[in-house]
Amino acid sequence: MHNVAQMDAVFKALADESRRKLLDQLHQSNGQTLGELCAHLDMTRQAVTKHLLLLEAANLVVVVWRGREKLHYLNPVPIQEISERWIGKYERQRLQALGDLKKGLEQNKTNKKG
Amino acid sequence: MQKPKLVYTTYIRSTPKDVWAAITKPEFTAQYWGKMTNVSDWKRGSKWEHHNPEHEVWITGKVLESAPPKRLVLSWADPDDLKDKSRVTFEIEKIEDMTCLTVTHGSFTTGSTMAGKVSQGWPKVLSSLKTFLETGKGLNIFCK
Repeated sequence: MHNVAQMDAVFKALADESRRKLLDQLHQSNGQTLGELCAHLDMTRQAVTKHLLLLEAANLVVVVWRGREKLHYLNPVPIQEISERWIGKYERQRLQALGDLKKGLEQNKTNKKG
Repeated sequence: MQKPKLVYTTYIRSTPKDVWAAITKPEFTAQYWGKMTNVSDWKRGSKWEHHNPEHEVWITGKVLESAPPKRLVLSWADPDDLKDKSRVTFEIEKIEDMTCLTVTHGSFTTGSTMAGKVSQGWPKVLSSLKTFLETGKGLNIFCK
């Protein structure tokens, strides 16, 4: 999968309240089975299954088999990538802007002195 | 089998060999793991250590399994609290033109504080590792 497609899948997966609730559930208690997840959520088993598949496709949920038990884990790595790609970038620009402002003000000072 | 506590995966446009090297070679880890290095001969039974740039040991353990470039299992402990021991497994798998890296951190002792400490770190390290292998440059992960 291309990186852009990967990020699209993450944004799409996060753009739904039920799926965000599922992620919050896993954050509270990692490695839950479908049955455990259903017990905490006001959703049908079918709906939870459907949402989990989408979260798995976006790599936000990772499945580990323990015997016949299918355990779901929250994988925050793609969210970290989004944070680096978007928030990190804007942060750098803000720092650059502050740096430029400082330079400008200091130059102004020396100009006035001169 | 005990239920693992933390499981992370990332898909990297790279080869299993390069992913293995990125985890095990200090000259590579220094570039994406916040200047930290992993030091060992990576043979089963050998000691391994996680060093800061001043070569102080931050994490220590044994190499429990080593099958380059596919699987590496390490025991993991703070040198000041060796009883709080856990286990980290790196699984490297080629999927089409990508490499899937799965890191499982589990077997924590009762009352362990390690899971809380590492759960903030692993996503950053793995995201930086992916960027490093795909662009040749890691992220400034621990400087923010």
